[in-house]
Amino acid sequence: MKYLNEFRDGETARKLFREIDRVTTKPWALMEVCGGQTHSIIRNGIDQLLPQGIELIHGPGCPVCVTPLEMIDKALAIAAKPGVIFCSFGDMLRVPGSEKDLFRVKSEGGDVRIVYSPLDALKIARENPARQVVFFGIGFETTAPANAMAVSLAAKEKLENFSVLISHVLVPPAMEAILTSPINRVQAFLAAGHVCSVMGYWQYPELAERFSVPVVITGFEPLDVLDGIRRAVLQLESGKHEVENGYGRVVNFEGNKPAQEMLSRVFEVTDRVWRGIGMIPRSGWRLSEEYRHYDAEYRFDVQGIETKESPLCRSGEVLQGAIKPTECGAFGTVCTPRSPLGATMVSSEGACAAYYNYGRFVQIDQMAMA
Amino acid sequence: MSWTCPLPLRDYPNIVLGHGGGGKLSAELVENLFLPAFRNSVIENLGDSAVLRVPAGRLAFSTDTYVVHPLFFPGGSIGDLAVNGTVNDLAMSGARPAYLSAGFIIEEGLPMTTLAQIVECMRAAADKAGVQIVTGDTKVVEKGHGDGCYINTAGIGIVPEGRDVGPARAKVGDAIIVSGTIGDHGMAIMSVREGLEFDTIIQSDSAALHDLVEAIFTASNGIHVLRDPTRGGLASSLNEIAAQSRVGMALNEEKLPVKPDVQSACELLGMDPIYIANEGKLIAIVSQSEAEAVLHAMRRHPLGVDSEIIGVVVSERPGMVTVKTKIGGTHVIPMQIGEQLPRIC
Repeated sequence: MKYLNEFRDGETARKLFREIDRVTTKPWALMEVCGGQTHSIIRNGIDQLLPQGIELIHGPGCPVCVTPLEMIDKALAIAAKPGVIFCSFGDMLRVPGSEKDLFRVKSEGGDVRIVYSPLDALKIARENPARQVVFFGIGFETTAPANAMAVSLAAKEKLENFSVLISHVLVPPAMEAILTSPINRVQAFLAAGHVCSVMGYWQYPELAERFSVPVVITGFEPLDVLDGIRRAVLQLESGKHEVENGYGRVVNFEGNKPAQEMLSRVFEVTDRVWRGIGMIPRSGWRLSEEYRHYDAEYRFDVQGIETKESPLCRSGEVLQGAIKPTECGAFGTVCTPRSPLGATMVSSEGACAAYYNYGRFVQIDQMAMA
Repeated sequence: MSWTCPLPLRDYPNIVLGHGGGGKLSAELVENLFLPAFRNSVIENLGDSAVLRVPAGRLAFSTDTYVVHPLFFPGGSIGDLAVNGTVNDLAMSGARPAYLSAGFIIEEGLPMTTLAQIVECMRAAADKAGVQIVTGDTKVVEKGHGDGCYINTAGIGIVPEGRDVGPARAKVGDAIIVSGTIGDHGMAIMSVREGLEFDTIIQSDSAALHDLVEAIFTASNGIHVLRDPTRGGLASSLNEIAAQSRVGMALNEEKLPVKPDVQSACELLGMDPIYIANEGKLIAIVSQSEAEAVLHAMRRHPLGVDSEIIGVVVSERPGMVTVKTKIGGTHVIPMQIGEQLPRIC
């Protein structure tokens, strides 16, 4: 399969491991920003095969995980309203709100549907003119263009029964928040390749310079991740802090200009609460004044929601790389993918779920086998 | 498919509630639609139950209910699933499938031609599998219930002497063989159900495996476990066997056969083919010394040409399935909780 198998080749992987081993003289802490990269690292066992000193800190780039609890509760309230068709990406359905999740709302009679694109929700709205159709638009810069497109099309078609519940988050402010945190240990970033495919990487040189931190734009296949690690370690070992593009087959400096133009028309930057982390200034997008009419938060009365997080859940510290999932007392005991306490255990991109699903509660040395 | 609606049914282009009411309409449906399709000496008696003459020895008995949307999909239909599924459940006990029952729950309004097509698919599948459908039942539920048609089949098979397979019989050192590419059926259904537009049409692998099972038993008497990995895919079946046999399983990712289009569709949706349903594949767990002989026999069979030895039964971590990844790492393959959910990005 083109673009897949050649980036999963075992022989090339072994060469890269040897190369990383050869150039590493000191311990380094690298953060992979995106949950997709975390998933790939744990699934393929990349961390098991790296030199002792190289630590991978799993970043906050799991859109399902960082969506604020208040927004989940708003989604649950809207989805339970009679006459509403609530559309969402599949992995949001199991995310725990304060009381329940979308699956529960569905079993209680709410019309909750899994869609693969906001444009599918738009189609449902056209086909059901008497119903209110709401799309749960979450995610990073990666998913934002399609959501912007859906809103823009709805406005063009004057589709009055369509709205979106928007909770977009932005990567560069989160990277900055991590670097300025008093508990920060991150020395280099593997930046999120797919975010950069939309946004380019013109935002990063200033960040790399100001914090003296290498930034390597990195893809998601095992060899992409390994090459990202190799480049980051080479920079660290030689005292450099540059922005490097290790995902050239997808990313360029400018990014996708038409997408960026649409994003700046449909959305405006806003302060955003990240679940587990807290408020990060200017770290999200909401609908701009021109499109506010399509904002489900305004269309439905869902103000005054009181949220309640589990006191046992330490997902905030996991999301900031302060602890590994296995260091949380609830991990694998009261908190499992079957009954998650926090969002990092829900999405397969969440660090806790990745650790649990791929058996990181088993000692790794026990797993070394034929 | 050529089906001419017989005279008494022509007044009803669609199923009505009366077709399940036990009166004249029910009788007409049986006589003009089910009987001609399933015709055999047992069902023709139309008694309250089928009376079967069976040889001495052990019987295998299994039942399964089929709910699938859409009713027809690339590579199959609910009709052949309902036959093949139960035939396969019997075959996985080492049995030679012989008789099936068929119970239909039909939604009011289902076009008569659709029902006839489903029944025709069942007939063709039963003929191919060499089983007779000897008893049946029809109920009609109100429009809005029943999703067109649900089918339950139960089946009886004869287990020849000397065959002793079961999910608790995997032994340390045994080889784990899969009979071909995984995930075909689930992804075929998902692509049509969700209206996903891929360049190629993924075909379901729906097939009756009893003949492949015969080939396996002919090749070796070292067969310990047979299992058809349907819902929950290869991962769920192997986890169940590992738990019941109290052994560990170590797989080699490089050896897992997956069709490129199935792999692509899975990548797109953030799913893993190891959790996706199959309807025409089996897992054989056999003693190490017999592995090559069984593999060759399977590869010579039309339903087993892509067979691979994918792993080995180990003593470490009983109840757990682990896999060595292509780049040399290792991870656990857990039982999944519910459905796999398509990922956001």
